[in-house]
Order: sequence, then structure tokens, then C-alpha cells
Amino acid sequence: MNKQSQRPSLGSLLRRPETGSFLGLVTVFAFFAVFGGANFVSATGAASWLNVAASLGIVALPIGLLMIAGELDISIGSMVPAGSMTVAIVSGHYHAPILVGIIAALAIGAVVGFINGLLVIRTAVPSFIVTLGTLFAVAGLTLGLSVLLTGTTSVSIKAGPEAKWLLGQFIGGTFQVTIFWWIAAALIFGFILHDSHYGNWILAMGGDKVSARNAGIPTERMTILLFMCSSVSAAFVGLSQAILYNSAQVSSGQSYIFNAIIAVVVGGVLLTGGYGSVFGIVLGTLTFAIVNQGIYYTGFDANWASLIIGILLLLAVLMNNTFRKLALAYTPGRGKTHK
Amino acid sequence: MTAPLLKLTNVNKSFGPIDVLFDISLDVKAGEILCLLGDNGAGKSTLIKILSGVHKATSGTVEMSGKTVVFNSPRDASDHGIATVHQFGGTFPLMSIGRSFFVGEEPKKGWGPFKRLDRKRANEIAVKAVRDLGITRIDDGDRLVGGLSGGERQALAIARAVHFGASVLILDEPTAALGVKEAAHVLRIVLQARQRGIAVIFITHNVIHALTVGDHFAVLIKGAKAADFRKGEKTREEITDLMAGGEHMAELEAEIASYMATHDGHPPPSVG
Repeated sequence: MNKQSQRPSLGSLLRRPETGSFLGLVTVFAFFAVFGGANFVSATGAASWLNVAASLGIVALPIGLLMIAGELDISIGSMVPAGSMTVAIVSGHYHAPILVGIIAALAIGAVVGFINGLLVIRTAVPSFIVTLGTLFAVAGLTLGLSVLLTGTTSVSIKAGPEAKWLLGQFIGGTFQVTIFWWIAAALIFGFILHDSHYGNWILAMGGDKVSARNAGIPTERMTILLFMCSSVSAAFVGLSQAILYNSAQVSSGQSYIFNAIIAVVVGGVLLTGGYGSVFGIVLGTLTFAIVNQGIYYTGFDANWASLIIGILLLLAVLMNNTFRKLALAYTPGRGKTHK
Repeated sequence: MTAPLLKLTNVNKSFGPIDVLFDISLDVKAGEILCLLGDNGAGKSTLIKILSGVHKATSGTVEMSGKTVVFNSPRDASDHGIATVHQFGGTFPLMSIGRSFFVGEEPKKGWGPFKRLDRKRANEIAVKAVRDLGITRIDDGDRLVGGLSGGERQALAIARAVHFGASVLILDEPTAALGVKEAAHVLRIVLQARQRGIAVIFITHNVIHALTVGDHFAVLIKGAKAADFRKGEKTREEITDLMAGGEHMAELEAEIASYMATHDGHPPPSVG
């Protein structure tokens, strides 16, 4: 029937969800390596985009899994500052041990995620609207409580050496330790999505939630867990930023909402769910960070970065559709590829 | 005669004030194909939903091997060995054959928290199960379900039901969206399922397909059972007439005939 993709190596490559994002990353890197010059490819240059990629990436990974499962979480935009403020208020303002502050921040993340998930499964309202509600609710709560408890919207925190070493150090003076947390997160989420049976459940939920439930998948529990993952990850990024910069601000996370979604979509995840890969999300995050930071190494006005990101996003969406069609049209069965 | 595997007695179903099914009594034995015929809106889908655990009957009983059963959920029905395959078969077009075959029942290997999905085994089993049903074009479990033809998807879904030990297989219009060749292929697979001792409930409005494979036929009209007969007891024309469409077709033919009789043998302009 369908004979056009007889070349196994090309055909099998094209049906991987991350092919498009890989091409995008190479193009963007080449572009900035040419126009950004030696500084962009130096260690400092690499650190500047890797640092951005790391904290974005930790949020983008669970968001990607949520999107593959057919949901969306934009409340992360408030969870990042909520995580920062919690650790700063508990351990900075009230001088509790840093571990207590960290646990408190993560616990608040877990609670918000649980509420998000519960609302989504109980009300059947689209998760975009539910999390838009919690986005504002959590933002208001963070602002209100911060002013009530500390009298200001910016709290400083002095973390001990262990916490600094774990969460807030610059390795070699430039690379944030967060990069290693991102790598760890990518490995864990990669295992979950591609190697564990939970990954199969997530893909099935994104493909058709009703059929997935009929097949015996505990879709409600999975939905809640995925929302908890994204909120806890956002809180983690927030608290590690507070420990890194020794202070926390109420309004410092809104950019994560769109940046994470862009990273995930550029990474080849379908907006309709059911398709995507963790490797793709990592590539999408790197691409976003390179554009975002690389522009400062070129002679161009930094405002052009948004234009490039916008075009990249549009191209990614179009390419995702094309690659999905190619994947579906794929007929001959040589060459083992899909890992 | 063996006892029926699945038996419905006086099943009624209403949604609020609207009565959808009246006093439906049906039975199907192991290794038998029951064809459920009926026009759109005759209540076929509601009946399927009762059998597959989506809805509960308002009154009446469902028995399996002589025991009364109540299905509280689709999962409940499938635990009793009832598998339902819908018109478009595989519902996860962007999943691979191996992965979608085992959704909810994934084979695992490894230890503790590092238990991994055994993709190789999943692919092998899925491909073998489909090939056993005669679909030899499928040889790679990594292919996406969405890339399969309609007939292949039906075959995959039926193979899945057979693999997981379904004793009653409900096929909802499996041939409706297929070309002639593909439909024949699916009918052959339905016969194979019967050969394995599965009770098949085959829902269709295609009388030819029903007559090709059916042992036992029931016609639903407006929520009631209008006829219940066995193979060879009625002709194709009689069955077509029985289904709501038949009467209307006869009416239309009569209208055209009377028009031609009064217009020197010319057919009506809109028909001719």
C-alpha cells in the first residue's frame, strides 16, 4: 500500500517525536554560533543558556508529561514564586532550619497540585481554566500571606553551606548546580514515560481517556499525580532559585508558563496529547534557552529573540503535524528504532 | 444443547421518561455468532452499552453461564470476559501496536521500582496474535496503530480481546467503515473467533455481512425485538424488509412504480 518510506533509516528516524526538535536545535545553535561568535560557544556562554534551560527544564518535563496525557497546568507560574517565598519566609524570615523550609515549599506544591488534579477530574472543566484559576489564587495567596507575615514582598534568605552546595552553587563559577537536578529529572521522567508501564498509561490517557479508563487504567489517580508532579517541580525550581540568589520575590514566575509550553511544543509534544518524548522536551528546552540567551551574544537587539521564538513555535507546531502524519503513514517494518 | 454463555431476559432501559429498550430477551452460546440487526436508532448501541457495563438495565436480568450478573463498570464487564470492539477498533492511533495491545495489562520485567515495560515481549505477542488471525502484513510491533488500515485495526482489537481471554466478543459495526475486501477479511476473523469457542455478538446493518457469518439473528426495531430466527430460516429480502429501512424501501419502490404507470413508463424526474 504505502511504499514511499521504504528507506528504513530515514523512515524510522522521521517517525520519532523528537526529530523536528533536533533539527530546530541544530539550526538555532548554528545560527548563534555564527552570529554570537566565540563568546557564545565559550564555557561562560554555554553556562548562560544551560542555567536558563535547567530551571525551565525542571518545570517543562512534568508539564510535557501532563500535555502528553492531554492536560495542561499553567498554575506553575505562581508555584515557582510560591516555592521561593515559602522557603524564604520559613527559613529566612522565621529562621527555621532550611530543611523545614524546603519541605514546606514542596508540600505546598503537592497540595496545590492535588487540588488542581482533583478539580480537573471532579468538574471535568478543561484543565487550562482550572489551573488559570489556581494560577491567580496561588499568586494572590502568596502576595497576601507574604505581606501579612513579613510586611514586604521580597524576603532574603541565607542558606547554610550544605543547602548551597546542593541547590545553590555555581560549579566552576558559572554553571548552576540546577543543571544536574535537571539531568536527574530528565532521566527519571524519561524512565517513567518510556520504560515504565506508567508511560504507557500516560500515552493512552492522552490518546483517548475513556478507552484508557475502560482498559482499567486508574486515570483519575494518574491525573492527580501528574498535576502534583508539575506543582512540586515548580516549587522546587522556586526554592532552589531563592537559595541560589539569597532572596525571593513574590512576582518572579509568570514567564515560566509560556516558556514551558513553548519548550514542550518545540520538543515535539502534540498539543492534542498522546504523543511526545522526554528527549524531545529536553531538546525543546535547550532550543528555547539558546534563543533566549544567545541573542545577547550577537549584535542584534535582544527584542528580536521573541520574534525568533514565536517563529520557532509556529514552525514546531506545523512540523509536529507533518511528523505525525509521517509517523502514521509509516508502513514497512524494518529497523528497530522506537525506544 | 449447551447452556447459553450470555442470556438477557426481559431487559428494559429508559433514560428518564424516554424508553429506549423494551423487553429484550436474547441469548448467545459459546462458538456461536449472534447478529444483531437494526437501523440507526433502533437501540443497538444502548444494548451494547448495557452488555459492556457502560449502562445498567432499568429492569430485566443479564446472566452469564446461568448466573445473574450486574456490571457496575466497563471494567466489571471485561472482568467477566466481555470484550467490546468499536467501529474504529484501536482508539490510540499514536501508540505503537505493542504498546496499545497491552494498555492496562502491560508485561513487565525487572525488579522493584525499576520494573520496566517489556516492550520486546509486548511487540512479539501483539504481532503474533494479529498474525494468528491472518493479518500477515503486520510484522513490526513498533508501528503506530494509526498507520494501519481499518480492517487491520479491527483485527488488532479482536486479537487483543481474544488474547486476554474474552469469552463474549461484542463487535459494533466492525465492517461499516470498510471496503469490500477489508470487510471480507474482518468477517473471516470473526469466524475464527467463533472457531475458538467465543460467543460473538455481531452488530451490523449490513444484511449480507450478517448472513455470511451469523448462526442466529435478531432484528431490533424502535427498541423492541422484532424477530429472532436462526440461519436459513429467512431470506435476505425478508430480513431487509424486517429492518425499518425495508418497509420504507418498499414504499419508495411502489411510489416509483405507480408514477411510471401513469406517465407512459417514464421514471420520476428526481429518480431517473
